[in-house]
Amino acid sequence: MIKIQANTYSLEEIRSHFPVLNRRVRDDKRLVYLDNAATTQKPNQVIDAITDYYQNHNSNIHRAVHALAEESTEAFEATRDKIAKFLNIQNREEIIFVRGTTEAINLVAYSWGRDNVEKGDIVVTTEYEHHSNIVPWQVLTQETGAELKYINIDDNGELMLEQLDEYLATGKVKLVAISHVSNVLGTITDIHNVIKKCKNVGVKVLVDGAQAVPHMKVDIDNLDCDFYAFSAHKMLGPTGVGILWARKDILENMKPFQGGGDMIREVHKYETTWNDLPYKFEAGTPNVADVICFAAAIDYLAKIGMDNVRNHEIELTQYALEKMSKIKGLTLYGPQDPQKASGVISFNFNDVHPHDVATIIDKNGVAIRSGHHCAQVLMEKLNVAATNRASFYIYTTKDEIDTLIDSLEQVAKVFKL
Amino acid sequence: MSGDPIYTEMIIEYSRNPSNYGKIEDAHIKRHDSNPLCGDSIDLYLNIDGKKISDVKFDGKGCAICMACSSVLTEMIKGKSLEDIKKFEKDELLSELGLEHLIKTSPVRIKCALLSLKALKYGIYSYFAENMNDVESAGNLKEEAANLY
Repeated sequence: MIKIQANTYSLEEIRSHFPVLNRRVRDDKRLVYLDNAATTQKPNQVIDAITDYYQNHNSNIHRAVHALAEESTEAFEATRDKIAKFLNIQNREEIIFVRGTTEAINLVAYSWGRDNVEKGDIVVTTEYEHHSNIVPWQVLTQETGAELKYINIDDNGELMLEQLDEYLATGKVKLVAISHVSNVLGTITDIHNVIKKCKNVGVKVLVDGAQAVPHMKVDIDNLDCDFYAFSAHKMLGPTGVGILWARKDILENMKPFQGGGDMIREVHKYETTWNDLPYKFEAGTPNVADVICFAAAIDYLAKIGMDNVRNHEIELTQYALEKMSKIKGLTLYGPQDPQKASGVISFNFNDVHPHDVATIIDKNGVAIRSGHHCAQVLMEKLNVAATNRASFYIYTTKDEIDTLIDSLEQVAKVFKL
Repeated sequence: MSGDPIYTEMIIEYSRNPSNYGKIEDAHIKRHDSNPLCGDSIDLYLNIDGKKISDVKFDGKGCAICMACSSVLTEMIKGKSLEDIKKFEKDELLSELGLEHLIKTSPVRIKCALLSLKALKYGIYSYFAENMNDVESAGNLKEEAANLY
């Protein structure tokens, strides 16, 4: 049985908090949800929080003086404090609410990038990035005449960091934009090492933490990077809420990303002065309801404890890898060591296209992701068109992994393997 | 598995041994298309003799549905005239493989089934409209391709 420590919820209790896990899908099959790297399910605590907000508090924030506006503003800002505590962020004004990780990275590429990257400079990223951490840098480098360089991966799906040394040695690197955890391979980047190398030569580091914050303890103060981005919906929270954390001194020197309400101090006919941080980067009415109910997701994870979340995933990944490595014709991608990866398993089954695998096992209620996972650069590297990806979370059971594995037999039967 | 079947003997067989698979060197028409979300990616090669399709092949990577539909499409259109292609409806292709139900049941997988047909309509359109400067012959093929799924 999986060990979630006492003083928190048992696995059974956790599952009881997620109504969707009781769903029957297709031909009355029990839902086996293994697409958590795409988005996680939401517990009642989060669903109730959003209902409560709209039933009792709904109001715009930061302006009006009436009771609802004060309550909403207070709850909205309370989420910012909760995030600061959860990730050990010293200055709450360094936390900016955006739509998601993608918008956070774009904000940096547009506001910081266009003032700090010029012709001849280098921006470094990696072969295992999500498109959201490649495309904004392609656009920026193409626009400015800078160069985009990739850190390659080795056969174990780990980064060849000696390439980073080579790039840094040119003295031309302005930014390293890198995933904390790969969304396809689950590989955990040696992020402290990357940041240290960059800091030694004064190079800025942006960390895409979309697949890290939901799955392990992240300490931003200790990391010492410059930008860190993640999304609420991959950690039990609602869609449409992302966080950009950036150092105060950098944010102060950055131009706003968007102009509009809330980001201003004074507007005159031909000039405007900016509001203080973080509001300077939060133009327009934000996603008030979802930011507020995100606090319930953080509370939930904090109650379980991120070390327990991580240990649960290690145990599941170990279990899945042991079983799946014995299946004939199954190719696994990425580190085969659960200590080096998050709860993500990418695989191909014989030469069956992942879309066919996913469609067949979907009939058994098993939800996995198939495709290129917004990581076509990585697919090219692995020389595959697509992979299957099973990804776990706090409510995943070994029994569900067994169902996945049994379903693969169905695939073998259909394709006469 | 129950419900409308997708993985019939015929589909599996075509996906294992696709028809007209390969390249035509110096083809009159070479059209690449892909489904960005699922990773199907094919190239369709066509030779045109007057206003007839004299030869057709395809290659690329795709799921069983995409491979089977591309195979059957190439079998169905070889020797067909431009006018036949203009009249060629997606139902004709889908019913050949018993996949008509996909239109209703699977908005995702219908894209796999119709990718090669989309490439065909676009390819023929650009050949006549752009290469031959014969917009009249190209007709509505571009709109048809755009509205397939």
